[in-house]
Amino acid sequence: MESTTIKSPIIRSKNFNAYFGNNHVVKNVSIEIPKNHVIAVMGPSGCGKTTYLRCINRMHELIPGATSKGEMLLNTEDIYSMHPIFVRQKIGMVFQRPNPFPNLSIYDNVIAGYKLNGIRLPKADKDRIVEHSLTRVALWNEVKDSLTKKGSFLSGGQQQRLCIARAVAMEPEVLLFDEPTSALDPISTSTVEELFHELKSNYTLIIVTHNMQQAARVSDRTAFFYMGELVEYDETKTMFTNPKDNRTQNYITGRFS
Amino acid sequence: MKAGNVKYRIGKSGGFQALVVLFSVACVVPLIAILFYIIKAGITKINWHFLVNIPKPVGETGGGIANALLGSVIVIVIAALIAVPLGILGGVYLSENKKSRLAYWSRLSIDILQGVPSIVIGIVAYFWLVKPLRGFSALSGSVALAIMMLPIVVRSTEETLKLLPDSLKEAAFALGMPFHRVIFKVIIPCGISGILSGVMLAVARIAGETAPLLFTAFGNPYLSTSITKPMQTLPLLIFNYATSPYNDWHDLAWGASLILLLWVLLLNIFTKLITRKWKVQL
Repeated sequence: MESTTIKSPIIRSKNFNAYFGNNHVVKNVSIEIPKNHVIAVMGPSGCGKTTYLRCINRMHELIPGATSKGEMLLNTEDIYSMHPIFVRQKIGMVFQRPNPFPNLSIYDNVIAGYKLNGIRLPKADKDRIVEHSLTRVALWNEVKDSLTKKGSFLSGGQQQRLCIARAVAMEPEVLLFDEPTSALDPISTSTVEELFHELKSNYTLIIVTHNMQQAARVSDRTAFFYMGELVEYDETKTMFTNPKDNRTQNYITGRFS
Repeated sequence: MKAGNVKYRIGKSGGFQALVVLFSVACVVPLIAILFYIIKAGITKINWHFLVNIPKPVGETGGGIANALLGSVIVIVIAALIAVPLGILGGVYLSENKKSRLAYWSRLSIDILQGVPSIVIGIVAYFWLVKPLRGFSALSGSVALAIMMLPIVVRSTEETLKLLPDSLKEAAFALGMPFHRVIFKVIIPCGISGILSGVMLAVARIAGETAPLLFTAFGNPYLSTSITKPMQTLPLLIFNYATSPYNDWHDLAWGASLILLLWVLLLNIFTKLITRKWKVQL
């Protein structure tokens, strides 16, 4: 598993554990995530992949009874000794279902991270951030004439890209995606998948997916979770052609799901 | 099955349907009857003078209800200023902490408070405020009415916010927003139509309350804007003047009843409009 060592990883967890009450859902996970890569986290339902992802930006602890233990570093800083507010500004998140703020316009949705946090920006800066973020997610041309309309006016795929734009607007270092395409149609899915390649140059992307093909298509490295354990973590190519663990092989060949 | 039997059953079904229609019409009858009766008795008394003058002494004709109208507005506005912030924040707590022990007890006490007879709330306000302050006052009336408003505002806020999806809150937290901003910038704005309709219904509910004001705001035949002095309100005026032996005063009471009724009706209609207009499409 430690076949390739990663130089100065952006996220590093060591013996990380997460719990819901007494339920041990993430077991002793150690992982190093390189900068400007796309990492896919895959595994069957209930394997702890989403929980692990939510531990990275400390969303896990918002659930009553949820706790965690172990080391989780952003660059060299311990995420669990930073204030969650700063963690979440540096590590953006996109959810399974598109969740734009229904009370805000498309424009305000993009700068929601500034606006709702009470950060005042000059109009020119806001315009620039909105245009830049929407361009990055390939949404600008579709919505530039309806920026004042509500975010919920868009289609599901557009809403999801709006949510990505909202995360990108904060200029985070890492972007977390929790099954970002599972509520989208195939065309919207491929649009979003293309974005991953685009976004890689500026951000590190960690994508949870239960779709193996997606993991194979979009990621540089893949982590395979099973029953709360990190079974295998390697270059995506190696993982899909020459898995080292039996369980990975069985999963990839569809012997269990 | 015999034909006669089926006919009997069809007849029974038809009869029952007719009965249901009849009863649903019967439910509308009281409202229509009240409206008709009060409009008939009150409409001739209402004119500009009626709205801007204060009552004349016994023996003089004319006079109006300006003091009660202004008094009602003042007493209700102050009651709302007390109850709305408390109620909304209480409702936020209950919807955010569905299972905590404090939530259980406060939900229980809110439910019981809703069932406390208004006259009892009036007496309590009397012992808490009127006696220590040595005098009837509009403020004590407002406090009594605020206590009556509180459960309605809390519960409507709670019920509204409970319906908002968790994903909305997660989106806000994931942007690094602190709790208070999540509440004030996302949760409350998204539930604003439901919260406002609760507030409006609570205002409509207390607008006609008489019992809690009997020993608090007390009533005042003159125009007063001091909240530390007794103040006239519409329900008090109706109570006092309708039970008096003078015909002129009866007329005032009818007119005031119509105004109060229109007020409550308008509030209800307005609430419906707000709920529709400000509803956030999730």
